[in-house]
Amino acid sequence: MAENEKPHPSIIVPDELKGNVFVTTLDKLYNWSRKSSMWPLLFGLACCAIEMICTAASRYDLARFGMEIMRPSPRQADLMIVSGTVTKKMVPQIVRIYNQMAQPRYVISMGACATGGGPFKEGYNVVPGIDKFIPVDVYVPGCPPTPEALLYGILKLHEKVEKQSFLTAPWYHSRESDEIPVPVLGPDLFDPRRISEIKAKLAERRGAGSTVAVPAAEPELPVVSPTPTAPPGPTKLTPEEIEARRQAALAKRAELQAQQAATPASADKAKALQVEEMRIQALQRRLEQARSGQGKQSVEEIEKLLEEARARYERMKAGTS
Amino acid sequence: MSQAEAAMTATVPPRWQEAVPGAILSADANGIVVAPEKLVEFCTYLRDQEGYDYLSNVTGVDYLYYPGRDASNRFEVVYHLYSVKKGSGPLVLKARAPAENPELPSVTSVWPGAELQEDEIWDLYGIRFRGHPFLRRILLWEGFHGHPMRKDYKEAFYEEEGKPFSSRWPEGHHVWAEDRVPWHDNVNYPDDFDPETWKEPVTFQAPPDEPSQDGNGHLRTSRIVVNMGPHHPSTHGVFRMVVTLEGETVVSLKPVMGYLHRNHEKIGERNTYIMNIPYTDRLDYLSPMSNALGYVLAVEKLMGIKPPERAEYIRVIMAELTRIANHFWSIGFLLNDLGAYYTPALYAIRERELILDLFEEASGARMLCNYMRFGGVARDLPPGWLEKCSDLAFKRLPRAIDELEHYLTHNEIVLARCKGVGYLSGEDMIRYSVSGPMLRASGIPYDIRKVEPYSIYDRFEFEVPQFDGCDVYDRYRVRVFEIRQSIKIVQQALKQIPEGEIQAGKKAYQVRVPPGEVYFRIEAPKGELGYYIVSDGKPNPYRYRVRAPSFINLTALEPMSIGYKVADTIIILGAIDIVLGETDR
Repeated sequence: MAENEKPHPSIIVPDELKGNVFVTTLDKLYNWSRKSSMWPLLFGLACCAIEMICTAASRYDLARFGMEIMRPSPRQADLMIVSGTVTKKMVPQIVRIYNQMAQPRYVISMGACATGGGPFKEGYNVVPGIDKFIPVDVYVPGCPPTPEALLYGILKLHEKVEKQSFLTAPWYHSRESDEIPVPVLGPDLFDPRRISEIKAKLAERRGAGSTVAVPAAEPELPVVSPTPTAPPGPTKLTPEEIEARRQAALAKRAELQAQQAATPASADKAKALQVEEMRIQALQRRLEQARSGQGKQSVEEIEKLLEEARARYERMKAGTS
Repeated sequence: MSQAEAAMTATVPPRWQEAVPGAILSADANGIVVAPEKLVEFCTYLRDQEGYDYLSNVTGVDYLYYPGRDASNRFEVVYHLYSVKKGSGPLVLKARAPAENPELPSVTSVWPGAELQEDEIWDLYGIRFRGHPFLRRILLWEGFHGHPMRKDYKEAFYEEEGKPFSSRWPEGHHVWAEDRVPWHDNVNYPDDFDPETWKEPVTFQAPPDEPSQDGNGHLRTSRIVVNMGPHHPSTHGVFRMVVTLEGETVVSLKPVMGYLHRNHEKIGERNTYIMNIPYTDRLDYLSPMSNALGYVLAVEKLMGIKPPERAEYIRVIMAELTRIANHFWSIGFLLNDLGAYYTPALYAIRERELILDLFEEASGARMLCNYMRFGGVARDLPPGWLEKCSDLAFKRLPRAIDELEHYLTHNEIVLARCKGVGYLSGEDMIRYSVSGPMLRASGIPYDIRKVEPYSIYDRFEFEVPQFDGCDVYDRYRVRVFEIRQSIKIVQQALKQIPEGEIQAGKKAYQVRVPPGEVYFRIEAPKGELGYYIVSDGKPNPYRYRVRAPSFINLTALEPMSIGYKVADTIIILGAIDIVLGETDR
């Protein structure tokens, strides 16, 4: 039993109440409920996401731990499973999603890529480890980790949750929680926290006349950026063509619906009539019950319903002929 | 007649030279070099008169360090053409771009399927395309410094040109890459970069506020732009769609990708040949065996070796089991996209798990198997494997697919949501370079296993599905049909598989690949998976390119979605069956 789970020594349960009264700490109760319904974010990056889905599927059954409800909205999620390679293009979005999650929030780094870049570490577009940007609670090794490994990692996280306490948990401080600055896509990814360092180093390098062992700057090509005057939207299709396509799609749909309606229509109608007939019969039975004083509804109510049903039946029958 | 001219007449019919005079500069077994200014004219001729209607692959090569080439003629763009109607190909065209400000004419006017691929060449090689409708950096972002697939581009953690690196253990212990580089991270900045004043360039503009479309007192509507993704439950991974809507109707859709661009090709060119096999597993991570099969077949063709009989059968069984698993998954998640939250997917995953068990038993890994080798497979099947596989192929899987079809094929909601949605005719599919189940659902029974049988596919009886609906529903039916055919192939292979060796020659960590180039394609579950490899005789491939079906099929996403509702877009995307590992590579 962890320290924060022991009942206070001053609480004494009288002998006659033992067996009826259980004493525990608020921490234990709170942590138990938190770990038993920890909802992960529905968030997959790469291969590991497939194993994460398999973990949630029937064979490994994440529902055993109260975690089967994966929420796509970060506002409703408690746990972010970073499942796959984190690229430079994706990391601003991941940090943003992390910032949007409500506290208490946890992060599992699933697989070699999320943990340290994995086999793709040397790539020019790969972030070597998500922990350079957001704090990680549990690392799960593997490429990809098997569902069993992920489950083990989740159980480890549960253990961690059980050891936390109201008094020390950072999310009960009165001050606002810190947001992690979102990395920016520049000529290369850069962290706003490192701006002064980057500036200083670049100034030093410019002063030293490019003797530092950095890749030679290649001949500068004009950076392509769509000119602000360029019209957005479709570049291949004119509005008339779009309208024509839309009409064609609608016509195709109408044609299919007509086709479907052509043959089984009478069968559908007949089936509907049958259903209506059965409803009338049921109402008649209920009316008899009501008359003998057994029904829950009054006789007048059922008579009204019956009248309506008969009228509907007649209308439908007239429609078919 | 000189030697070069003799080679030229051997590969090029004389009427081609007469049709477009001056277009062909030279020709040999590796391809026809076309004059850039005549490229579009010559391509139009090939498409209209010679029937080369299908542009399979476009890619760039940087020949800077290649023996016999230099900086003046370093950039080359390679086009691989096929004829779907005649079943012939490949015809290889090459166009050379100048070294300074490289630029070529775009062939999107001839084959619109080149659009995303030319975007990619601009992004990674810095070759511009004149006349391209929307040239943008597709895998990286606007403002990224440099074009990383160029041979003189060095990434931040660069050590040497090729593996194995000599510096791995300099003083008896591993040196962290972060400790070696000046920034202590995987980044690099140009000297004149100022982080404080940096503004991210805008890729997509909001549309101008348009007046209402008609003045008849109808509800005034204006177009809005909706970003779906990269974090969105419907996009099958980190994919983003920039959708312009009018009401709920889609009027424009731009796919944005690169959120999982993990530099497969750049790392592949640093790796030795055999090191790439596990990386290919991570391309389309739902069908790893197929990817590895395509890669080893390409390298084997270059090396001129053949695996023994037993290995061939094992490969076919594995590839077809992969197809079954992949299609189960894709059907399950198509239904997920339709709103049948997770239940059909659970049924589908249940069957996939059984196939993964077989993979695990044979290769040691559940999902990313690393099982194929040049000239064979990694290890023989364990005892009892074939019995388990027979049990699955003869009893369990046929029942499972019957069950799935019983619930889904005539389901009222499936019919109402899928019929007539995502219509694109067969001719358009070919123009957009679409392949795989999507093509076969548009009335074109084109399957590479039949058209140019690789491995031992000519020994098996199976049918190629052909449905004419051109819609999401028929794409679903094609996949069901293909599962049945794959089960049939596995059954035949299980009956015929012989005893014997599983590896041609000795197992080797280093293979010797002669100089040359090869383009090899297979029918992967998602479509046509091609590998283009240029070798210079060194242990590492000089150019290593993956023609990924998920990536190229996305070219057709916009024409398929326009005119439909935004909810239909999700199932249209689901029916393409993309995997982001392959889309972004």
